[in-house]
Amino acid sequence: MAEIIIKNLRKDFGSFNAVKSSSFTIRDGEFFMLLGPSGCGKTTTLRMIAGLELPTAGEIYIDGEEVSQKPANQRDIAFVFQMFALYPHMNVRRNLSYPLVSQGMPRAQVKAKVAEVAGILGITDILNRPVGGLSGGDRQRVALGRAIVRDPKAFMMDEPLGALDAEFREHMSEELRALHDRMGATTVYVTHDQLEAMQMGDKIVVMNHGVVEQFGTPQDIYDKPATMFVADFIGSPSMNFLRFQGTVEAGATAVSLNGQTLGIPEMREPRDGDLVFGVRPEHVRLSDGGGYRGTVQATEYLGTTQIVTLDTANGPLKARIGSDQIAKVGESVGLEFNPRTITLFDNQSGRALRSDLNEGVLNNG
Amino acid sequence: MSSYSITEPSKRQKWVAGVLVILYAVITIMPLIWIIATGFKSPADAISYPPKVMFEPTLEGYVNLFTTRTRVSPEALQALPPPATWYEGIVRNRDMVIAGPSRYGERFLNSVIIGFGSTFLSVFLGTLAAYAFSRFKVPLKDDLLFFILSTRMMPPIAVAIPIFLMFRTLGLSDTHLGMILLYTAVNISLAVWLLKGFIDEIPREYEEAALIDGYTRFQAFYKVVLPQAATGIASTAIFCLIFAWNEYAFAVLLTSGTAQTAPPFIPTIIGVGGQDWPAVAAGATIFLVPVMVFTILLRKHLLRGITFGAVRK
Ligand SMILES: Nc1ncnc2c1ncn2[C@@H]1O[C@H](COP(=O)(O)OP(=O)(O)OP(=O)(O)O)[C@@H](O)[C@H]1O
Ligand SMILES: [Mg+2]
Repeated sequence: MAEIIIKNLRKDFGSFNAVKSSSFTIRDGEFFMLLGPSGCGKTTTLRMIAGLELPTAGEIYIDGEEVSQKPANQRDIAFVFQMFALYPHMNVRRNLSYPLVSQGMPRAQVKAKVAEVAGILGITDILNRPVGGLSGGDRQRVALGRAIVRDPKAFMMDEPLGALDAEFREHMSEELRALHDRMGATTVYVTHDQLEAMQMGDKIVVMNHGVVEQFGTPQDIYDKPATMFVADFIGSPSMNFLRFQGTVEAGATAVSLNGQTLGIPEMREPRDGDLVFGVRPEHVRLSDGGGYRGTVQATEYLGTTQIVTLDTANGPLKARIGSDQIAKVGESVGLEFNPRTITLFDNQSGRALRSDLNEGVLNNG
Repeated sequence: MSSYSITEPSKRQKWVAGVLVILYAVITIMPLIWIIATGFKSPADAISYPPKVMFEPTLEGYVNLFTTRTRVSPEALQALPPPATWYEGIVRNRDMVIAGPSRYGERFLNSVIIGFGSTFLSVFLGTLAAYAFSRFKVPLKDDLLFFILSTRMMPPIAVAIPIFLMFRTLGLSDTHLGMILLYTAVNISLAVWLLKGFIDEIPREYEEAALIDGYTRFQAFYKVVLPQAATGIASTAIFCLIFAWNEYAFAVLLTSGTAQTAPPFIPTIIGVGGQDWPAVAAGATIFLVPVMVFTILLRKHLLRGITFGAVRK
């Protein structure tokens, strides 16, 4: 098992820059999520770690050894492809034993190891079947089996659940996480599904346009987004952005929006100009006492909670409130925001301003 | 209610199509049957008019194909001991004795060596080149591919004279190596293009999976790509073999002795002792066999091969 350190990793395809100077650290045994929208360079990053693509610049350390220019077959890393890429001309057993045969492992040992892995994944009864006729879930298990059979230093998984239908995804993601917890193997997992990333990951890297926007635990990324992109990409519905002109001083604990004073975590840096007041929908309360007001535009019933869309002087806003509360469309209501959860952003750069809330996260991110 | 389907042809359409296919098959297969039948006719039956459909089969054509014979006087024939073999008997019925084997066997063997040799070389080099074109960044890839294809745009025989002179200078005239190289040169463009099409369709992930599993790129190529490309390789091999096997013009021009293949040899049989059509037909029939066997062996692949690209798995 291994720790993976990425330093200033860059990849150009001709004149197109797919990954720009990424840096992050994957600790030994972590379930690490690479999250971002389509085309942001997740697959490219993963392939560089695995050695299927050589970086244009930068370093990759696996267990302290710099491997960025080494071919894939010398890195001892397993890769689960999105479409599984099981060897079509071999049956399940041979697919599983193929990685072991390359190491020159004796036959009896190969057989025992394949049997063990098949047992873990529950595919013992299909060992002699050709891979062609397998169901999606079984293919997924065989692909996982081929990855774990050889005890590699780390696992790379490129949207491994992407080819499965929704119901089965849920089931497989639990199985995957359980498998990881059991083996404790360093795993890098690519997904564009923020929910999947939040549910399964120990750590998340959020990428956009080849840039690492933020890297940290799911809670930190959710509660303390470093950029407006992260705040917007994570969470459903995403963070509300109320845009305003104003000034904040270091040490300020409130800002003024539309003449109303709203509490914020104590600021650590001053800024004035185009600012954004970021608040998660669940930290908005509808209350008659609130000085800041909005008009209800729509409500969306979600069982125990409901999403209320409001119009405010600083733009649209969504609130997640209990479905027992009553919100009538067209009504003007007072709003209260939980001051400790607020993040201020600089509208120009999209970066979060440092405050009591996010200081620790921004400094190491 | 009659069931109507837009994908299933009606009974009458099927019937018409069936008749057309049978008609086409009869037309194309007729000359073949004619040749095979003529091989078993006697010389007189072979040229009788109207042509004989029913005839008494004889192996005389095959005997004549494989032997050279000399005419002897009836008295000398009487003096000989009785024929030791059935084929000697056939020859003596015509007042002749066997003088020795003909050259057909050698020529046939030449065809086998040159045909299969050049096919192997074309497919071998073609597969490597196609793989490289398909997977690697090759400078000027498109220009190179076009250049390779462009060698196919003229009939190869158009460059017969330069090749003739070149072969003479290099000492390649009438050698097996020369003919193998020539047919390989003609076939390789087809081989590269066909095989590139097949290899392009094999997802890269298979090789990448093998790389990840600890194999070198060559091992991945050998153990994962080649089995996947078997269909393409088989059908390419058939196309190459058919060309090299049937090629006549270059063979006439560049070979006369040691390396002469069967196609230029078969017509020369006519001259030996009158117009021996049964022997010519016998030579042509035997000549058909290897390609037929090869094609039948690989036909499962061929069927998928000639429709390649049309259907995805
Ligand atoms: N071999 C290549 N040659 C040229 N451009 C490439 C190549 N591979 C990837 N790219 C480009 O690099 C960018 C990043 O690709 P990448 O596959 O890493 O995205 P991704 O984040 O995995 O997206 P997705 O969620 O769609 O899989 C894309 O714009 C893609 O078009
Ligand atoms: Mg991808």
